[in-house]
Amino acid sequence: MLGWYSRLSFSRKEELAGYLFILPWLIGFVVFQAGAMVTALAMSFLKADFLSPPTFVGTRNFERLIDDDTFFKALGNTAVYALGRMPFVIVIGLSIALLLNRDRWGVRGMRTLYFLPSVTSGVAVALLWIWMFNPDYGLINSFLALFGIRGPGWIWTEEWALPGLIVVSLWGVGSSMLIYLAGLRGVPVELYEAASLDGAGPARKFFRITLPMISPTLFYTLITGIIFSYQVFLNAYILTNGGPNNATLTMVLYVYRKAFQEFQMGYASAVAWVLFMIILLFTLLVFRSSSAWVYYEGGLRRTGPGT
Amino acid sequence: MSAAVVVGSQAEERARARAKLLRRAPLEVLWAVAAFGGAVLFVVPFAWMLSTSLKEEAQAFVFPPIWIPDPVKWSTYLDVFTIQPTGLFLRNTVIVAGLAVLGDVLSSSLVAFGFARLRFRGRDKLFILLLATLMLPQHVTLIPHYILFRLLGWVNTWLPLIVPYWFSTPLAVFLLRQFFLTISYEVDDAARIDGAGFLDLFWRIALPLAKPAIGVVAMMAIVTRWNEFTEPLIYLSTKDQFTISVGLRAFQTEQNFLHVPVLMASSTVAVLPLIVLFFAGQRFFVQGISLSGMR
Repeated sequence: MLGWYSRLSFSRKEELAGYLFILPWLIGFVVFQAGAMVTALAMSFLKADFLSPPTFVGTRNFERLIDDDTFFKALGNTAVYALGRMPFVIVIGLSIALLLNRDRWGVRGMRTLYFLPSVTSGVAVALLWIWMFNPDYGLINSFLALFGIRGPGWIWTEEWALPGLIVVSLWGVGSSMLIYLAGLRGVPVELYEAASLDGAGPARKFFRITLPMISPTLFYTLITGIIFSYQVFLNAYILTNGGPNNATLTMVLYVYRKAFQEFQMGYASAVAWVLFMIILLFTLLVFRSSSAWVYYEGGLRRTGPGT
Repeated sequence: MSAAVVVGSQAEERARARAKLLRRAPLEVLWAVAAFGGAVLFVVPFAWMLSTSLKEEAQAFVFPPIWIPDPVKWSTYLDVFTIQPTGLFLRNTVIVAGLAVLGDVLSSSLVAFGFARLRFRGRDKLFILLLATLMLPQHVTLIPHYILFRLLGWVNTWLPLIVPYWFSTPLAVFLLRQFFLTISYEVDDAARIDGAGFLDLFWRIALPLAKPAIGVVAMMAIVTRWNEFTEPLIYLSTKDQFTISVGLRAFQTEQNFLHVPVLMASSTVAVLPLIVLFFAGQRFFVQGISLSGMR
């Protein structure tokens, strides 16, 4: 039955086997990724609900976007969230990593504690944070009250809702900490020894050795962090549902509303494509910078994502 | 060099070390306070969740907050399972996440093996394409996926939450490929002489060796599948099919938020399996994130 197979040369067999092994990905890529992307693009030129057959509307969905104040609100909110949280992620994540970058009793346990919250992102944690933010009885304002500070109304007020979401996301800074720790471990010890001989202090060592050596890691996490932040949905949906007065309406939440609550699939696809373009821009930045950040990592030629 | 000089220098060295230690002592205390204080800060919300879940309704709304509930009201945890079918939600989540992760690990290791161990035309270009999809946002393909699964009649079933993961996921392929690359080719050659085919090489040699890497991939996948919210929100509409995340959302909208202890108890129930899993396999998580540089 498999006579034709046994007549193939070894390299031919290997080639055939290779394609068969990656077949699951190939099919998935064509159907769920490439095909879906093309469909999404095509749909953004349609008017489609589930009530009537879809009709071609040309660029009308995109024209509508330009006049849609709510869309621009979502665009702005998402940018503020994505770009606003990253300096905190880097400063806090790096500070913890520097604190814990030493071998001594208890450090491993502490790393675990810092890392734990980033594993438990989800609806349960979002519900916990609604309670944490309670203006009168929540833990955050109770803590601030210890110092005589009257805390804000957090997610119930227009000006503090988005910062509130950023605070929630910073609780998951532990995964960034781990990445920075891996980066710090890759800095050759000899550099610090040489600097000590030259009489360099800790501050000088940090700014002259540590920071330049891990800057590729920092840059990489900055870009991927922005990319993932642009997709914020769960917390905006559970904690505030976009409110108050659309102060926390994010792009994905807007896509969700248009597509699955108002059934404007075409228009929602147009919004999704704008989001995709923004993310693509940042992805290209990663690719551009990849040669720089792959080079470091302690001399180990490690092929990371984006190479 | 005479023995006396050596002894002298040793004593001197010890004295110098002690002086250094004394000089550094305040710094060390400062370090301990900062590191430990920070760690406490990160864990406090969990303690607060647990504490609130065991309080009487009225005791939750007190200023300043009470940390040790008095009396400790355990019965709230029974309410969690009677007000909502939380047990069913948990069971559903285990099934859905379990099947998705199983397919993810199986398909991703097949694909990773192909990319790592076999030579075929266009391999490296295809792998770059795969890496490019690492950054592809899930939400851009949300609407086409929904339409596809609607056409297939899969809406309001678990299939859309499981089947796509049987076609491998880029992060898992990336991590497993890294691992497969490190396996020596001599083992392969020896097995081939014994008449092993490619599937044998994968199933009998590569896969058993890759157990640690599979642990990493499986752990990371379980966590993401357990926390998944968008997909069940869109696809599931009858309560007896809900996973824990949409179940909690139903809890939130149906219960007035004044019932904070019940909500905190159900959140604790939802998070507890993850915390247990995390402590059981934390070294896998740490490896996964350090190796891939992402989560």
